[in-house]
Amino acid sequence: MREKLVMIGNGMAGVRTLEELLELAPDLYDITVFGAEPHGNYNRILLSPVLAGDKTLDDIMLNDEQWYADHGITLHKGKKVVRIDRARRRVVAEDGTTADYDRLIIATGSNPFIIPVPGHDLPGVIAFRDIRDVETMLAAAREHRHAVVIGGGLLGLEAANGLMQRGMDVTVVHIMDTLMERQLDGVAAGMLRKSLEERGLKFLMPAETEAILGSGRVEKVRLKDGTEIPAGLVVMAVGIRPNVELARAAGIHCERGIVVNDTLQTFDPRIYAVGECVQHRGVTYGLVAPLFEQARVCANHLARMGIGRYEGSLTSTKLKVTGIDLFSAGEFQGGEGTEEMIFQDPGAGLYKKLVVRDNRIVGAVMYGDTLDGTWYFELMRDGTDISDLRPTLLFGQAHHLGDSGHGEVQRVAAMSDTTEICGCNGVCKGDIVKAIVDKKLFTLEDVRAHTKASSSCGSCTGLVEALLAHTLGGDYSQAPHKKPLCGCTEFTHDEVRAAITGNGLKSVRAVMDFLEWKTPDGCSKCRPALNFYLVVAWPGEYEDDYQSRFINERAHANIQKDGTYSVVPRMWGGETTPAELRAIAEIAEKYDVPTVKVTGGQRIDLLGVPKETLPAIWGDLAAAGFVSGHAYGKAVRTVKTCVGSEWCRFGTQDSTQMGIDIEKMTWGSWMPHKVKMAVSGCPRNCAEATIKDFGVVAVESGWELHVGGNGGIKVRVTDFLCHVKTPEEVLEHCAAFLQLYREEAHYLERTAPWVERVGLSHIKAQVVDDAQRRRELAERFWHSQKFAQVDPWAERARGAARHEFTPLKQVG
Amino acid sequence: MQATNKAAVRQDWIEIGAVDDIPRLGARVVKTPEGDIAVFRTADDRVFALRDRCPHKGGPLSQGIVHGHRVACPLHDWKIALDTGEAVAPDEGCAARFPVRVEDGRVWLSLMPDEGCPNA
Ligand code: SRM
Ligand SMILES: Cc1cc2nc3c(=O)[nH]c(=O)nc-3n(C[C@H](O)[C@H](O)[C@H](O)COP(=O)(O)OP(=O)(O)OC[C@H]3O[C@@H](n4cnc5c(N)ncnc54)[C@H](O)[C@@H]3O)c2cc1C
Ligand code: SF4
Ligand code: FES
Repeated sequence: MREKLVMIGNGMAGVRTLEELLELAPDLYDITVFGAEPHGNYNRILLSPVLAGDKTLDDIMLNDEQWYADHGITLHKGKKVVRIDRARRRVVAEDGTTADYDRLIIATGSNPFIIPVPGHDLPGVIAFRDIRDVETMLAAAREHRHAVVIGGGLLGLEAANGLMQRGMDVTVVHIMDTLMERQLDGVAAGMLRKSLEERGLKFLMPAETEAILGSGRVEKVRLKDGTEIPAGLVVMAVGIRPNVELARAAGIHCERGIVVNDTLQTFDPRIYAVGECVQHRGVTYGLVAPLFEQARVCANHLARMGIGRYEGSLTSTKLKVTGIDLFSAGEFQGGEGTEEMIFQDPGAGLYKKLVVRDNRIVGAVMYGDTLDGTWYFELMRDGTDISDLRPTLLFGQAHHLGDSGHGEVQRVAAMSDTTEICGCNGVCKGDIVKAIVDKKLFTLEDVRAHTKASSSCGSCTGLVEALLAHTLGGDYSQAPHKKPLCGCTEFTHDEVRAAITGNGLKSVRAVMDFLEWKTPDGCSKCRPALNFYLVVAWPGEYEDDYQSRFINERAHANIQKDGTYSVVPRMWGGETTPAELRAIAEIAEKYDVPTVKVTGGQRIDLLGVPKETLPAIWGDLAAAGFVSGHAYGKAVRTVKTCVGSEWCRFGTQDSTQMGIDIEKMTWGSWMPHKVKMAVSGCPRNCAEATIKDFGVVAVESGWELHVGGNGGIKVRVTDFLCHVKTPEEVLEHCAAFLQLYREEAHYLERTAPWVERVGLSHIKAQVVDDAQRRRELAERFWHSQKFAQVDPWAERARGAARHEFTPLKQVG
Repeated sequence: MQATNKAAVRQDWIEIGAVDDIPRLGARVVKTPEGDIAVFRTADDRVFALRDRCPHKGGPLSQGIVHGHRVACPLHDWKIALDTGEAVAPDEGCAARFPVRVEDGRVWLSLMPDEGCPNA
């Protein structure tokens, strides 16, 4: 018999928990849901746009009754639970309906706080919490002219704005002297007040309500100073209180909220609680992003995959008033031990403040242009050391990263529906917005799955996130503090790597068993990552798991759109000889290669080779002295060079030879992502060394070393690492840098984002400042090269992995 | 004449090789005049056969990463269920499924695709 799961509260956090649970374990429970409201589950956040007339009630329904029926869930809507009988494991609703449980979820949300001033219970005095409140407001807007909103916080301002949009004359009464004091500093609050006043809202602040007056229905509001304001409607938006009465009456330990542990269980382990009613590690939350994280962990535990832990969330806020962009997160007020970085342009209505402690962002307030909010929030969440970003940090992410494929479109609100957002998959703004609305998408992952936007090269991720935030309003910044490696595990890249080296795990299977992978054999995301981590951890010992490699690396050639492959042999440092060229020419003719092309990496590509032919063509290339160019791998690709001092009138050093030496030292090495290098003979930099992962620029006095450049999707210019005198030093620094990257970066993280994540100072400390550490890193690299520099093509030409290149059977 | 021949070939079970000829968590290809068929072997040694053509843009499924009873297409990472040939939601589409059976470690394949998938 299936266990019985009962849920009290049919709101956002609770139903999200059920959705996650059904995904993980669809058949584990018989589920019954009680909801006090007479509706299915809807998106409470969007009540503000409904009030303002930007959306309809139909638009904001998340799960209609059919959804409950489809999943075999018994829904008791419009039934309020009045008692939890823990001894009998039964809940009882107002109308006498009962349900027995084996496990119970309490998701009762919050109650709006009503100030107990005289007259607070008059008809026409309401809160702003549910559909009924919105309906009351809309009715009032039709019949009355004046509205008073008590409370100048997020909810109050959204209510005031909505009522104003509906034609009412609205006064906001706020007890503090600045608006949204829990999210904004004085400057931003002042700018907000000014633009709301320009739109027609009136503010009385600081001001305190003394009484609400009226006979039979509200007529006016009287303040402590005696002022009286006419009011046909009063909305109280002065805060919320976790709704804990039911739990408390059942003897469950509550403080401000229902106290839960990291698996969202209350003191009675059969009873879980999620959402605004919860107090976790002393904190209660009032925004959905953290509640959804709770939902995920709770579902995980209910599905008996008890490895998830909820460790608390950082939150950020946006205001959903069309045309006003503001963003706030963390310790925005600053204070002891912090410094403030401020950018202010009153003329343009722009304000940005970052609060920094120990070189880490701990808070942010932005007004007027919030596009970079997501980026700052990410830096804050990841605890990134920003010392190296200081000079340009306030100018935003776009300032130091060029973006290819998006032209100059940056502001999503202003874009037309036909603007292409994802250049890889041809997805337009309109498609994404429609999917978000129609399919009720909440997260970046959802949007990726449904529209493919940002699922390929990922450069439009920021735009898609901005579209999510813009379309949904509110902050959906979902990514939990800790990003798991993939859906098969809760562990992060770093944790997985530490487990591999710390526990001597030497196979993909061993890692999955040790870390209790949730899937039987991983997925196309984690298997290649694990394989790479093992390759780096145990050189010479670990036997590469080719079934865990992406096809290009498995077949040692690049799959093309028609299923044929390309063949790119190495051409050391981009230098070649007539004999080599002749050999390539003959081989291309012998195998009828349809296209021969000079690549962007200074070598020659033979395109359109059928898979079965690969070993033969490789055999001929090997006979002519060529080895694989790894143009297909997360590996060392090319080392581009210029002619240098041997020929060029400006050349200061032999850059060609330096490039050849680097390529001979590094070829064959597997990397977290592809690695491209270059050596230029002088600062004219014809080999484009300053957009390479590792770039060398020759100068009279020696060699300048540059790292972390990228010429692809997001162009990034290298950071200067150091200056050295001899070619030997160049090689040692190069080996040490690459080894550090191999040992520390996440799989599929190129050097550019890696350098930005860990900071240049961290890299300098290991590779430049500490000679012994550099030597050790380089030695480890050279050691692993002993096993890596085996030409995979020659091996296969001799018959290795034959099954990869021959059909199992030919029929007919 | 030719048509009847074809039908005769299609109905028969053909022995295509040993289970061990297919790498675990991998696939091999059977070439036929009507196109390639991908034959997969999962970690639990089940064997499945699908038309080697992804319902998305025709990617060769045999070249993908096999995990659980699914394969991730090498071109754009759609996941295809090996037992039904259906793309895993939210993607939509399916690759034709061919009956396979394993007897004494040998794999037998029928060239007659199961009903119900347009991608035959
Ligand atoms: C062949 C070549 C184009 C050409 O005809 O010149 C090429 C072809 C491909 N590039 Fe490239 N890139 C080629 C030079 C470049 C360069 C120029 C360079 O290396 O100086 C760049 C910009 C520099 C850089 O990477 O910083 C470049 C940036 C990319 C990117 C974006 C990388 C990024 O971090 O932003 C991708 C996508 C990816 O890796 O995810 C990519 C991916 C690809 C792939 C592998 C796409 C794919 O997954 O199928 C193409 C494979 C075609 C094939 O089968 O050979 N290619 N690609 C060039 C091969 C160079 C070589 O000899 O190995
Ligand atoms: C107007 C408005 C705008 C908002 N804007 C944002 C925003 O922009 N961004 C953001 O992140 N968050 C926003 N929020 C907050 C967000 O909506 C809440 O954090 C979220 O809905 C809380 O989810 P929950 O499941 O804990 O509670 P709810 O969604 O409130 O669900 C609780 C449900 O339980 C029911 N219930 C309570 N007691 C019982 C009982 N005894 N028996 C049966 N049912 C019961 C209630 O009727 C309710 O339906 C906004 C909220 C409002 C009201
Ligand atoms: S070769 Fe590079 S730039 Fe050209 S289409 Fe392919 S990935 Fe895009
Ligand atoms: S062709 Fe298979 S995912 Fe695109």
